[in-house]
Amino acid sequence: MAEGIVITGIGAVTGLGGGAGQGGAAALLNGLLEGRSAIRPIESFDAGGFASDLASWIDGLDAKGIVPKHYRKAVKVMARDTQIAVVAAAMAAEDAGLVTRVTSEETTYPSERMGCLIGAGLIAAEATEVTSALAPASDEHGTMDLRAWGEGAMEKLPPLWMLKYLPNMLACHVTILHGCTGVSNTITFGEASGLLSIGESMRVIERGDADACFSGSAESKLNVLGLTRLEQAGRIAQTRGKGLNPSERSEENPVRPFDPASSGQLLGEGGGILIVEREQTARERGAKIAARLVGFGAAHSARGLDTLRPIDSDENRTNQGLSDAIERALGDAGIGADEIDAIVPHGAGVAAMDRAEGLALGAVFGDRAVPTLCWTPSVGECMAGNGGIQAAIGAIALADGRWPRTPRLAGGRMLGGPEPADVPRHVLVCSASLGGSNAALVLRRAD
Amino acid sequence: MGWVTPLGRDIDGAWKRLVRGDCAIGPVRRFDAETFATNFAAQCDDFELEDALASADLAKRHQAASLNGRFALASASSAWRDAGLDNAGVDPRRVGVYLGAGEGPPQFADFVRSHVLAWDEDSRSVSGEAFARTAMEHLDAIGELEQEPQAVVTHVADLVGARGPSLNCLTACAASTQSVGEAFEIIKRGDAEVMLAGGSHSMIHPLGMTGFIRLTAMSTRRDEPERASRPFDRTRDGFVMGEGAGVVILEDLEHALARGARIHAELRGYGSTADAYRITDIHPEGQGAQLAMLKALVQAGIDPKSPSEDGRPPVHYISAHGTGTPENDGIETKAVKGVFGGQASRIPFSSVKSMMGHLIQAAGTVELITCVKAIQTGMVPPTINLREPDPECDLDYVPNEARDLRDAGGVDVCLSNGFGFGGQNDAVCVQRYSE
Repeated sequence: MAEGIVITGIGAVTGLGGGAGQGGAAALLNGLLEGRSAIRPIESFDAGGFASDLASWIDGLDAKGIVPKHYRKAVKVMARDTQIAVVAAAMAAEDAGLVTRVTSEETTYPSERMGCLIGAGLIAAEATEVTSALAPASDEHGTMDLRAWGEGAMEKLPPLWMLKYLPNMLACHVTILHGCTGVSNTITFGEASGLLSIGESMRVIERGDADACFSGSAESKLNVLGLTRLEQAGRIAQTRGKGLNPSERSEENPVRPFDPASSGQLLGEGGGILIVEREQTARERGAKIAARLVGFGAAHSARGLDTLRPIDSDENRTNQGLSDAIERALGDAGIGADEIDAIVPHGAGVAAMDRAEGLALGAVFGDRAVPTLCWTPSVGECMAGNGGIQAAIGAIALADGRWPRTPRLAGGRMLGGPEPADVPRHVLVCSASLGGSNAALVLRRAD
Repeated sequence: MGWVTPLGRDIDGAWKRLVRGDCAIGPVRRFDAETFATNFAAQCDDFELEDALASADLAKRHQAASLNGRFALASASSAWRDAGLDNAGVDPRRVGVYLGAGEGPPQFADFVRSHVLAWDEDSRSVSGEAFARTAMEHLDAIGELEQEPQAVVTHVADLVGARGPSLNCLTACAASTQSVGEAFEIIKRGDAEVMLAGGSHSMIHPLGMTGFIRLTAMSTRRDEPERASRPFDRTRDGFVMGEGAGVVILEDLEHALARGARIHAELRGYGSTADAYRITDIHPEGQGAQLAMLKALVQAGIDPKSPSEDGRPPVHYISAHGTGTPENDGIETKAVKGVFGGQASRIPFSSVKSMMGHLIQAAGTVELITCVKAIQTGMVPPTINLREPDPECDLDYVPNEARDLRDAGGVDVCLSNGFGFGGQNDAVCVQRYSE
């Protein structure tokens, strides 16, 4: 290990907390400690026609409230994904005690020593906004008259319409707000986006290109097109008409990661942004250290193409790429699998995906039972937002010293129910992705 | 190296056309854009995936790929063969992919149908219930998944069996300068021996064109499409959309030498920065652009403000981002002057976007390949349509005719710029390889 890299700030915006005054990462940890779920009926659109009308969503997301006055207008051109990232980044900077130009010109670091790597997903155009322009140019069969569109119907879309939906806007707004002129990247690789971004931030600091990075991911697929895509992909649990409301009746939460009987996943939205920092400069400024980032690995699946197809629920094969990514992260950390005390996996709740993940973990850990913190029943499937959230969970639990009760995974199977677990020293955070990339991080307790 | 460009998908063929000053820009043929404020673009018209891949079975395996995926597959297939990796027996776990692929074109007619049939005029909103019904019926599940930008990487990795790190970056017009730079870093730190790096993008679809028309970023010279893309000209009025892909094979030098590979050129430096200025505007002094170029040059061991020992300028060709928007070209000129000082005016600095349009996320790698060709041939491609000098743009843009530098020492060192909407900037420095 060449250079010590640490996590000094954690921002998380999820269904368990992310609105004004709710406390992001702390609320997430508290929710997990108490076994709560933010999954409840969707209110932002009528989801009655979908397999499930349940999702974890952020109540009171308020990007306008946290940006400086001169920047409030810019919130109008931020998609929800970007707003989540902007809020999580502000939380992370505050938590790290990092002074950026949002608060003062006397910043902790010169701007060119600050990087920003925020993973993102494919952002869908807001349905009402785009349809209000498309509809007048289309006939009763829904066929658009391109001539009418070109002649002027398109002018119903605001001039900056497209900018709102560029995935790099998450990072761009954060760089502008906080004055980061160093390395900037937007990694887009489905569920692995956040872990890849955090891992690459480690490398950016190691290669001397920055001293600190805003790093993580965010996404909201909580819209009609996003939900359609995941339902068509065969991932969403059928709950409609079953009268489930898991937030009140948690025993009926249909999302049951690594349970062969899990009927699928439910959608979430959210993100996590960490301040990843060079240990030496962090110590010099007297920063508190939440956790250390000691290992990163990435690898591609031989069966990546299969992930771009609707789920084959009979599939029962491992994901070797995930095992490879974990082995690389362990090698990078210089530790053996036996030194990992807990896992924060993807745990999608989609049986075939969980089987592949469980088998991949089994290939690394053998039959050893490892406490495995499953978070998707609480905050839903947040796609590109996952990695930032997973790393935030690992880091805040390590920093806090309380680890949620978790079931244990052995040989790809869950053993019994949640049990209290000791606070781990090493946590593995990992995920496969739509598209076949796999990423893993190893976090170490700060002491 | 492999590419699919509006000027062709054969490296040498398209390169010859660039040197000749051919323009690939014409009316949009993919959809009816007649009434669009910009109704022209540079398209890859005669492209068939079946011709580009080694077998019909392979083409069938990848038939669901979006246009971005198809362009990338063709480019990667050519590059892989060009590198002699077909039967080289490289360890798949040491082969990675890093692309800057864009969002896949939407299934436009079905996208519109799903939205419009769910529109409720009274409440002026989309009924989720109606949307679910129409979208589930009309939208093709696989076609939707294939629009994810990373799906392009998935296809390329599958084509060559890559099992190393795989990433995709979506940093707009800077993306495939960045993907090359980041892939370079992955090899340097030892996480892979071979990386396929590149970019792929087509936004020549109704919503893509609409987005840029609304931003007033594109040229509206509907009466003379071939003359519309005029970077650095006083009368420039925006960029012209192109499409395509570029893929390069980056390889650890020792690994390449051990297998007796032919080496096209050596990647020497990479810089990535952000303007951190405004979402809609470039920093007026091109601060981020300057810093990106400087980082790449410093890493390459080049002092930009001094001539090299043989008296030539420190860099022999700069492939400009050079979009042809009023804002970019003036600021990029300022930035190059800031970095190179008195040397700036001595360096040929041209934009191939004048001939093949702006390939958006694919532009960076395609332009890097033109730098490698400049090194190999001693020729610098021109900026065509540059008739009226702009006092703000007073460098050597190689106007209208290619420059033959073979008698002037040739081309040994090039810099390639890529700057994205939102302020992400990247530059890479590539140099002639010498043992």
